[in-house]
This record gives sequence, structure tokens and C-alpha cells, in this order.
Amino acid sequence: MKRESMNKAIEERFFASLGITVGTGATFVLLTIAACVVPSARAQVTPQRLQDSAKEPQNWLMYSGDYAGRRFSTLEQINTSNAAMLVPKWVYQTMAGGKFETTALVVDGILYGTGQDNRAFALDAHSGRPIWQYQRVLPADIRPCCGRANRGMAILGDKVFLGTLDAHVIALDAKTGSVVWDVTALDYRKGYSITLAPLAIKNLVIIGVSGGEYGIRGFIDAYDAGTGERKWRFYTVPGPGEPGHETWEGDSWKIGGAPAWITGTYDPATNTTFWTTGNPSPSNRGEGRAGDNLYSNSLLALDPETGRLKWYFQFSKHDEHDYDATQVPVMVDQGGRHLILQANRNGFFYLIDRTNGKLVFANPFAKVTWSDSKDASGVPIGRKDASPTLEGNRVCPGAAGATNWMSPTYDPQTQLFYVTAREQCDVFSTAPQAYEAGHAYYGSAYFPNDDAEPFTGALRAIDPNTGKMKWEWKHPSPTWSGALSTAGGLVFTGDAEGNFIALEAASGKALWHFQCGASVYSSPMSFAIDGKQYVAVAAGSALFTFALP
Amino acid sequence: MSMPRTNFRRSKFWPQRWLLRFLFGCAVAVACAAAAVALRAQDKNPFAGDAKAAKLGESQFRANCAFCHGLGARGGGRGPDLSRAQKRHGNSDADLFRTINEGVPGTAMPPNGATQQGVGMTEEEIWQVISYIRSVQVKAPAQPAGNAVHGKELFYGSAACSMCHMIQGKGGRLGPDLSTTGSARSTEYLVESVRSPSRRLAQGISEAMKEFSQEYETVTVVTADGTKFLGVVLNEDHFTLQMIDTREQMHLFEKDKLRSWEKSRESLMPAYDQKMLNDKDMQDVIAYLLAVGAQ
Repeated sequence: MKRESMNKAIEERFFASLGITVGTGATFVLLTIAACVVPSARAQVTPQRLQDSAKEPQNWLMYSGDYAGRRFSTLEQINTSNAAMLVPKWVYQTMAGGKFETTALVVDGILYGTGQDNRAFALDAHSGRPIWQYQRVLPADIRPCCGRANRGMAILGDKVFLGTLDAHVIALDAKTGSVVWDVTALDYRKGYSITLAPLAIKNLVIIGVSGGEYGIRGFIDAYDAGTGERKWRFYTVPGPGEPGHETWEGDSWKIGGAPAWITGTYDPATNTTFWTTGNPSPSNRGEGRAGDNLYSNSLLALDPETGRLKWYFQFSKHDEHDYDATQVPVMVDQGGRHLILQANRNGFFYLIDRTNGKLVFANPFAKVTWSDSKDASGVPIGRKDASPTLEGNRVCPGAAGATNWMSPTYDPQTQLFYVTAREQCDVFSTAPQAYEAGHAYYGSAYFPNDDAEPFTGALRAIDPNTGKMKWEWKHPSPTWSGALSTAGGLVFTGDAEGNFIALEAASGKALWHFQCGASVYSSPMSFAIDGKQYVAVAAGSALFTFALP
Repeated sequence: MSMPRTNFRRSKFWPQRWLLRFLFGCAVAVACAAAAVALRAQDKNPFAGDAKAAKLGESQFRANCAFCHGLGARGGGRGPDLSRAQKRHGNSDADLFRTINEGVPGTAMPPNGATQQGVGMTEEEIWQVISYIRSVQVKAPAQPAGNAVHGKELFYGSAACSMCHMIQGKGGRLGPDLSTTGSARSTEYLVESVRSPSRRLAQGISEAMKEFSQEYETVTVVTADGTKFLGVVLNEDHFTLQMIDTREQMHLFEKDKLRSWEKSRESLMPAYDQKMLNDKDMQDVIAYLLAVGAQ
């Protein structure tokens, strides 16, 4: 409902309560009923609305914008002809340190976001003014890897859902921020934590865990959105008797890692949800876990109702370089084929048939030295001499990968896939250590190679037909910003130097930039209120919004 | 008359709450004292001299510290050499614990667990790392073989170091301030930096959240009107460049308004060969840097 009409309706209800009649009685009664019924109906985010997210481009209903994970907005008010005029509209300060990784949701004029240390907030998306703010009381002894970050929420019905650094899944009332339910996924003292935004499908909240640095046993869970009751759990490391268990040496499966720490996607046509997994543990030391180590570094096709595995595709077998596959698996239909596109942390861009998990092709999108051959089906295979050693072994991509969790975007207009790439090789060395529950368990060390070349980053536009790069926008240093494409012919991204940038999607030419004052460590999104389009991005400790003047 | 009565009534009521507060205050004080004693007890490494702890600490060091301080704690591109007996931010166990746990403000050394990339260490693991650092520490502090007084003369005189480098507020601005370098870098690193300065450029500004600091890269700029500037990059992003030229003039440019700009990883500093600075004089200059760094 539009802001003015909502205000008008509220005004009329107010006058009615004072006994003042506005207009004729019959009209008034109808208006009053409409005012009472419509807003509450709109606050209900039904599973159908999530599935039909394309019908309401003014809203951003899930982490990647749609179930296909395209991070593409059909809004076109901001476009190549006027992007140069973009101005900041409002800024929300979390007042928190550390990495601010959220992608906000916007539903019917309200923006929902998460901040560092499990903050959550709802804002008037028009003014930036807070409606409610929440912060979880976290145990003092949590030690989550890689920053006390959170990437966002899911919304369903009248609740928003988030995972916490102490490995709980919680539901907040969307109107008040009150905790509706709070369930423990697993004991944080064993190294589990949650940083990703959940994915809501039907009446379920689907979520995975982090902890690949602690020797956890990864899983993907589904919770009843109404009650918080766990409906299923899919262990990403198969137990005894399950297929794939034989890919682990001895008891190594018990601490096999394979966390699922980025939000998945969903294909309603086949009722399949796609999730990706991270490194086997310990990340850079393969000794003691001989085998392919399924389903680490894999793409999983699951039945959302049961958690049953339909098929899998493993990108990096028996990984020793921390090549997590935790990049949003983007669904694209092209030339009659139903595909998943993924630019993987291991430096290859993969096209996979999402009906059966078969590889179409894999092509490098960044410098790769860990692999120099492919198997009969075209899957890149690792070099034996790329393993980390005690003295150190230089391998590309480095430990942070050729890309990472920052979202790519697919633009159906240019038919290009845009991904943040990093050119950095690292010296991988082993650091043998014994497993101890809850303690960091890398078994490894890495550091930048000592050659004189500085590390760089780029946003690369890849043609999924060929896997070839069409253009790139070079960053002075690697960035952790994702990308958003829009129907206005634009791609938005950020850099480590603090710039938020609008590029022409077809050519990569910069049309506009704004200095946020600190690195962009998130993936942007877009929404509209009262017909005005906004683009929002988290940078430093603040959420910025931009629009035309 | 009513005032005293009011006071009296209050005084009948208040002592109880006051007493409660007092007792609570005592409890807090006792708890704080206990905590202080506990902290005191941690001033000494519980694993001092424990070879097994040092071995565990080595693993922790490789995973958490080697990224900057190098394998073997001999210093890397970013982090100081930790095998030296003299540590810039304190030599005692308690100092080392504090440095690791709390980081060093104003430097790239983050507090434990706040690197944003990896996992933090437990207190026990920090002590193990300290055991490891002690185990690789060079036993006797390297006595500077050179003559620091002569080194200072060279620095400000014929070696012309001070043309570009500042020490304790005196000297040039084109290169890094060397006031603390002597306490952070190994002698080998210092020698290499003088003999072949382009091999590893010095680290410059480090912005919050950025993983890699700016380096002292050489830059040549030609402005729209054809004026040419040669100098060092102070900072840059995709759109702008902040530089200082060889005349120590600052220039703030928008890159797209320049006719051209070119960066080079060939340092502006000349490579000092034996003719420019023989081994004996090199030792003296390093003795001076070490002496200043130890202050």
C-alpha cells in the first residue's frame, strides 16, 4: 500500500474514533474495513508472494532478491542515463565495529537488516528511522571465525528469521522485534555458528551452519516457521551406512567440516533447493582424511520438504586450499537448458545442468595453478604437487579464493554473469595440530606470497554461453563487495577503498560513485517506495541508501 | 519542624537500603580484588620453558601470526621480527600477552580474534604462542657491531638518508619514518632495504577494513596542462590519487582529469651499493637505527 493512502486510511480511522464522520456513512464503513484489513493482510508474506517475488519489484523479499539467486532488480527508474545524478537519501548507523555484511530485506515500506554481534533492526525504508532494534545477548566465550558478522534475514508470514553466532535460529515478530521462538541448532562450544541469511520455502526456514575452521560436522536444517520445530537435518558429511561415507578415512567424517554458510536457492518447478558447502576440516591439511571427502565443496540439490539429496556435484575433491563452494548457486535458463551458474572460490566458472547435476563446462575466471587438467566429463582435477607443505607451497588462487561469499549477479537483459574476482596467490603451509572440540582446527597456515606483485581485484562480466570474460572493472585492491544488476542497465558494486559504484552493465563503464568512508563488505540490493527507486548497501558500520534527487 | 521529622522517617527507612548497598559494594570489591589477583597470576606464562607447549604454540603461531610475522617468527612483509629479544611493545610475558590479546593501537596488529579473517585464540593458546616465541628468541640480543654515533652522522650527512627519511621528527618526508624501524625489523631486512629497496616496498597507510596497506610506490603524473610530477603514492582509490612529490609538495588528483599517471614498483630510493655505503658504514647506520628503535 502506498504511503499516502495508508496515511489517509489511518487518518480516517482516527477521525472515526473521535466520532467525526468523513464522507457518507457507507463509504466510511467500507474505508474503515479496508484500512483494518488491508495493512495486516499486506504484512503477511505468504510463500506464494516469495515465489512470485518478480510481481513486486518494489520489495526485496529474500537475501538474493529472488529464489533464482540472481540479485537482479527489475526496477529501471535509476538507469544509465541518470545514474550520474544519484545522491544519498539516508544513512543508518549500527554503531558497531567489525564487518557489516547484511543484505537488507524490504517489505511494504519496511526495511529489515542485521548487524554485527547479532543486531537486527526494522527501519522506515523511506526515512531510515528505526521501528525496532534487537540485539542478542551472546555468550562471552563464542569465537566465531572471520568476524562477528551476519548477512541477513528471511521473512515469512509475520516473522523475520535469523541465525546467530551461538548457533541458534530465532524468529522475531516483524512488527515489534520480539523473540517469537529461539531454537538451538547445535552447541556453539563445539565451534558451530551461523552467519548466513536463512531461506524461507513454503512453511519452512532453511539454514546452514558455519564452523569449517573448528572441525564441526556440517549440516543444513529446516525449521517450521510457525513453531521453530526442526523438520529435517541433512548432514553434509555422511554418517556410517550412508552413501559417500566411504570418502572419509577412518573417523575423520566426525570432524569433517563441510559447513553450509551461504544462502541457497530454490526451483519451484522441480521443488528443489540448491545449497553449497565449504571446506573439509582441517582446511589445508589432507592427511588423515584420505578420499574425496563428500559432500565438502559441493553443490547439493535437496528436496525442501524432506531434506532428501537428489544429486550433488563436488567442485574440489579432497580440498587442501580452503576452496569453499559457498557462492550463491544462481539459477539461469538458457537455450532450453536449466542451469546453475557458479564462479567458484577455486577459480573456475561452472555451468551445471540443474536437472541432474551434470557439468556443462568449467572455465577459469581467475588465475589458477591448483589444477592443470580435467577428467573425461570436463571437471577440473587437482595437481598432486599443489598440496600445502610444512615449508610452504605457492598456489593460486590463494586462501581467500578467486571469489568468496560476496554475491554474484545475473542480468537477464545483458545475459551476463557478474562476479567479484580476486587475483592473489598464497603460500600454503601445514600446521599440524590435534583436534580439540571447539578449538580452531585449520591444520594450516597461509600467507601472501612474497613476490613483488600487489594483489588486485575486479568485477568481471562473464558470458555464460562461453565462459569467457566480456569486460572487467579493476579494483586497486581486492574487495569483499558483491554485485547487484538492475533493469536500468546498471551493475552496482563496492570496493575496499570505500567506493560504491554504478557501472554500465553492457560495458563496465563507471557512471557514478560515492565514497562511503569504509570498505563495502556486503552485497547491494534495490527497492522502491511510492514509486521512487532506492539502492542500498552496507559499508563500514552503516547502511547507505541512494536515489535520484 | 517538619523537616527533621521527614529526615527521621527517611533515616529509619534508608539505613536498610544503604546497608544492602554497602554489602553489595563490599561483594563487588571482593570480586574485583579476586579478579585482580587472578589477572596478576597470569602475568607469568604458566607454560614457561615447556617445550611441548612451545610446539603447540608453533602450530597456533603458524595459523594465527605467520600471515604477518612469517614462518619462524622472523618477520614478514607486514609484521616485525619477533625473534629479537627486544620487543617494541614490552618484553615481559605480561607485555606479550597484552600485545597479542589487545593488539597495538595505531598499527596493523589487531586484538586477538579481531582480525576478521580467522579465529581467535584462547588464553591458553596465547600462552603457548608466547612459549613458542621465547623458544625462537635469539638468546643474546644482537649487539650492534657498528658505531651508532657515526651512523647518525652518516644518516644526516653523507649517506643522505635524512633527505627522505625522518627520525624523531627530523628529516625528510618522502620515505617512511624510521624512528621505530630498528626495533621492528631484522638486521637482514634493514640491509636488504638499503641495498635493494625495490625488492620489497615499505608498507604505508593502512585503512580500517582493508587487508593490504598502501605501499610507497613511485608515481609519475602529467596534469592536463602538461605539468609533470614525480613522487610517492600516499593513497589512492579507483578515482583519486594522493601523492607527495620529490619537493615534498602534496598533490590531490582526480585520475580522470589527468593527462596520464603511471605507478612503478621501482622505488624512488637509490639502491645503496658498496661505493655509496660500504659494509662498515652500513653497520654504523644500522647501529643507529637499532639504538633509536630501542629508545
